[in-house]
Amino acid sequence: MTPFDYQRAADAAGAVAAGVRGGAKYLGGGTNLVDLMRETIERPDCLVDVSCLSGGIDETPDGGLQIGAGVTNAAVAADRRVRERYPLLAQAILSGASAQIRNMATVGGNILQRTRCGYFYDDAARCNKRRPGDGCDAVDGFNRNHAILGASPACVATHPSDMCVALAALDAMVTVEGPAGPRQVPLIGLHRLPGDTPQIETVLEPGALITAVTLPPNGISARSRYRKVRDRSSYAFALVSVAAGLEMEGDTVKDVRLALGGVAHKPWRALAAEAALRGRLLTDAALQGAAEAELSPARGLRDNVFKIDLARRVIVDSLSSLAQAREIVR
Amino acid sequence: MRWTINGAEVDETVDVRTSLLDLLRERLHLFGAKKGCDQGACGACTVLVDGRRINSCLALAVQYQGREIVTIEGLGAPGALHPLQKAFVEHDGFQCGYCTPGQICSAVAMASELRDGAPSYVTEDLTAETIDVTPEEVRERMSGNLCRCGAYNGIVDALTETYAPAAEADKREAA
Amino acid sequence: MSLVQDTLQAVMKKAIALAPDGFIPGGHPDPLIHHKHGLIGAPVSRIDGPLKVSGKAAFAAEFPVDGMAYAALKYSSIPRGRIAELDTRAAEAAPGVVLVMTHKNAPRLQPMPPFMSQPKAAGGDDVPVMQDDQVHWNGQPVALVLAETQEQADHARSLIRVAYEAGHGVTALAEAKANGSEPGLFQGEPLKLDLNDAEDKLAAAPHKVDVRYTTPRHSHNPIELHAATVYWEGDALRVHDATQAVDHAAWTLAQVFGLREEQVHVTSPYVGGGFGSKTLWQHQILAAAASRLAGRPVRIMLSREGVYRIVGGRTITEQRVAIGAQDDGTFDALIHTGTVAMTPHNNMPEPFILPARSAYASRSFLLDVETVKLNMVANTFMRAPGESVGTFGLECAVDELAHAMNIDPIELRIRNEPEKDPTTGLPFSSRLIVEAWRRGAERFGWSKRGAPGARREGEWLVGLGCATATYPYYRMPGGAARITLTRDGRATISISAHEMGMGTSTAQTQVAAERLGLTMEQVTFAYGDNTLPGVVLAGGSQQTAAIGAAVSAAQRQLFETLLQLAGNDSPLAGLKPDEVGGSDGGLGKLDEPQIFESYASILQRAQRESVTAEAEAPPPLELQHWSMHSHGAMFCEVRVSTVTGEVRVNRFLGVFDCGRIINAKTARSQFRGGIVMGLGLALMEETQFDERSGRIMNPSLAEYHVPVHLDVPEIDAIWLDEPDPHTPMGARGVGEIGITGVGAAVANAVFNATGKRVRDLPITLDKLL
Repeated sequence: MTPFDYQRAADAAGAVAAGVRGGAKYLGGGTNLVDLMRETIERPDCLVDVSCLSGGIDETPDGGLQIGAGVTNAAVAADRRVRERYPLLAQAILSGASAQIRNMATVGGNILQRTRCGYFYDDAARCNKRRPGDGCDAVDGFNRNHAILGASPACVATHPSDMCVALAALDAMVTVEGPAGPRQVPLIGLHRLPGDTPQIETVLEPGALITAVTLPPNGISARSRYRKVRDRSSYAFALVSVAAGLEMEGDTVKDVRLALGGVAHKPWRALAAEAALRGRLLTDAALQGAAEAELSPARGLRDNVFKIDLARRVIVDSLSSLAQAREIVR
Repeated sequence: MRWTINGAEVDETVDVRTSLLDLLRERLHLFGAKKGCDQGACGACTVLVDGRRINSCLALAVQYQGREIVTIEGLGAPGALHPLQKAFVEHDGFQCGYCTPGQICSAVAMASELRDGAPSYVTEDLTAETIDVTPEEVRERMSGNLCRCGAYNGIVDALTETYAPAAEADKREAA
Repeated sequence: MSLVQDTLQAVMKKAIALAPDGFIPGGHPDPLIHHKHGLIGAPVSRIDGPLKVSGKAAFAAEFPVDGMAYAALKYSSIPRGRIAELDTRAAEAAPGVVLVMTHKNAPRLQPMPPFMSQPKAAGGDDVPVMQDDQVHWNGQPVALVLAETQEQADHARSLIRVAYEAGHGVTALAEAKANGSEPGLFQGEPLKLDLNDAEDKLAAAPHKVDVRYTTPRHSHNPIELHAATVYWEGDALRVHDATQAVDHAAWTLAQVFGLREEQVHVTSPYVGGGFGSKTLWQHQILAAAASRLAGRPVRIMLSREGVYRIVGGRTITEQRVAIGAQDDGTFDALIHTGTVAMTPHNNMPEPFILPARSAYASRSFLLDVETVKLNMVANTFMRAPGESVGTFGLECAVDELAHAMNIDPIELRIRNEPEKDPTTGLPFSSRLIVEAWRRGAERFGWSKRGAPGARREGEWLVGLGCATATYPYYRMPGGAARITLTRDGRATISISAHEMGMGTSTAQTQVAAERLGLTMEQVTFAYGDNTLPGVVLAGGSQQTAAIGAAVSAAQRQLFETLLQLAGNDSPLAGLKPDEVGGSDGGLGKLDEPQIFESYASILQRAQRESVTAEAEAPPPLELQHWSMHSHGAMFCEVRVSTVTGEVRVNRFLGVFDCGRIINAKTARSQFRGGIVMGLGLALMEETQFDERSGRIMNPSLAEYHVPVHLDVPEIDAIWLDEPDPHTPMGARGVGEIGITGVGAAVANAVFNATGKRVRDLPITLDKLL
């Protein structure tokens, strides 16, 4: 680990003042950043500890919830309001990492965690994230965990978060404190696809600090589910995960939310599939068609072609089980 | 820098790069918390901070100043073992013993999470007030603690006996 | 080896095979076999349990030494070539740095004699250790940094710049195969057997399977990282190591540093798991060399990545299994051949054909392991080397044949049960696999097994599978033990054996207490120190037998001395060592226990504070006189998701025939632990070796998946507990057999659930979609 200065921020403004300087990084729970620093992939010269800031979960005037960026993953998943009104989010968080890591990791840090691509982690490999222009050894290497949607020749890495997949499905808004003041960014617009610049992973400007995530009220929570498919039954990153929510009117889809994890450089909101279903009768053919609409641009690599079929199966199964399930009465 | 460790105030000046795990092991010679990966992937370094379990290998000691830390040494010692430590011995919940302190610290916190009604990924009803201590719940909640010797059955038996004696009794009867 | 030597050896082998039983160790059953109600077999809790559960058991990296410096290693990033430039200036100038060691300033060292090349060799390979600019594998250490703290050492290591001149490394299996193969040599014998024209018999057989299986590389991944605390006391080297081979490590270190073996002191009281990986690799040598250069004690603890870079794992195998059978299911031909990868610098041809040598009767055999060479970290022994992956191919093929012939797979196995060893002709010392099958089938509900794909529960297809587990009895030469008995009636057993969690110290304390007629509290078992008597490797599941034979010999010596000391005034006067046994804190006549004198009384009369006996175990000739193997009947129930292909194990049962069980509690843990590792082998484990660079790409516990709690159901492990009349205590080892057969039992259950046959491990969900 490269030497650095450590400072604890007193408030968001103070944090941004310190964080805007080149070489500074915000420290939340540290579960990803400390690991990357130990690998010398991240070499900040200053850590601004923001884990003590924005620690609450509050009601919003429109009946949603605002979750502070410093709240731990465990605290979000255990919050009764989240469990009742956004069970999809609680499930997604609980499917991720381990209890220990969820106790440390913060909401802000989870959003900004970096890929687990083995070639990104190995300094001996070529990686355009670590050294732009270097090339990508994952394209023709071990890429079982890599992207099938939205990838580029420069980068086929995936975003590893589960929480973000649920947030994408729930239309979450991210509050960002920046050098130019606060602003709101939709979660689904926060992460970038890799293109030619995979080292630039979000739309956030240098020094910007995530302070909160806001969940609007929705009608899908009573019929929603997060299903994560992985290579062991727990404590593993997703091969494919699906956050799905349905609101029905009789046999017709009133609203549907669908987001995928483990398939792209960002949490993947399946807008094409949603559009294919909204207002339609929910039949098997409609479900297959919706999955096809989303996955027709998908491209497999050496080791991950199966993920296209797997994603289709889990999308179809998740939505059809939600349709069959009786609405959970609370 | 100051921490409360196993009930005692500790003052040390450490490199900001020093993890809580290395503070415990290399500075304070509290070797109970183990290093198995140094990247949050095995759970052998699990300690309790303000009653909650964390991976001390991923925690910078400097960030945890002022916090109350409990390690395996703070739970019990030979001759005065914690009930869970005794149950681990009785049910052979370990072989080499290296992941064991982490398993035990993790389990102590798991029990309090269950008492608080916190759900897990295998909890069917996320809104339930209380959660039964079933083997499946225990297994999911303990999955952040790897045991390469494969003593998982013994660990689950030790936890069930300690935290859900009724379930354990049913199992014995069924057997 | 010369023709004369070969001939002599063959003659000796024949002579041992034909000798009367009484001339062979184990020819007279160990009297302990007849102790039915004592400590043997009791479910005694581990004696080191309280220390382990309270974090007080000191592992290798937990010996703080004054003035200690911390080491960090820099690894090569190419598979073959030379170091062209090595810039260490920034590292040397970094805060806290004590020393940067490279091939330019490392002391002159001899290469490690590799494992099995000599009786006490422990090296993973024989590559020169930081002696020149040559790179032999991707991940080879090229520099070591010593600093005042680990943080400083790690940082300085990151400042070292290395430029390489790439050579041609062979990193792709196809290229290695194209370069040609050589027959594997294991324990001095070729892994080859050609008996009665198996290919012809296969071609002529009315029923046959002829299929290919592959198994990937595996990593042991003990949770304790490889570590050592090392320092010099003058010309003597002191090593607190994490090792399953204290004597081998000490001897090998002595060769490397040009010392006498007595100058090296290696201790290893607790080892946080080994599974074959905790032998001598470069890190202990580099730490000792750096300690000598810097004049400081050194702590080295590899990072998890470091373990993957410099400690080898199990190699890749490609296997062909072909079985030809008559209409009644009896085998005409059993063919098990294939290729494994090794390096130019070691000799460990993963001997996957070992199970096929003795598992089934067949009218012909063709067995062959061919080796090819790759530039990679030297592969090594991993739990049940050979059997763990060999039983995958063999036992899947038996299942495939049973399916093809519409015979129950257990029935097919029983129909091919041999009368004597089918390839050596030796009698079995004890073989109860048929009984294990019957017991297991009943207990598991085998009769409820349906046709493939027939049982569906909601989203899940459910299936049952079975396989034979098998592992040989081993006892390696070199066992010796010392017993010291004191006047207060306490005994200390000293032997340079190991405790890595197998329960050795507990089980052997039970055995010694039973032999000597003491309570467990009166017995101390001293181990894990190369200055103690004997050479006892913790490997091959042989410690129980090796310690048992040595302690038994020392006990005989002790009784002889005690009878001499007792003299003519003792009630024991005139008795021979074979006529007495230890009981109630003294010696008693075996058939008339009232003829007795306590140890205290004997020693008091002889005016002795203590008495010590030391003896060597007889050479393990029993291995050439009987065919000695443990077996198990393994049963598995899986469910497979029809949506995702995910496989979950619902139930597992192992019924073991491993001779007499010494400690029911720790043995059950050994069986279960082996099965858990077998579930990993079956479903998820694979060390990803990038064939372009020769680099391991998942060197972490996050990316190399081992089973977690939720992957493991309640595992039922039971045993027949029938003593082997020809082994010490009637016991055979239990450490490795648990992993054998598991891969096949799972694969066969997956086939029964889905009708899909997966022949390439691990059985990941993509293979079942």
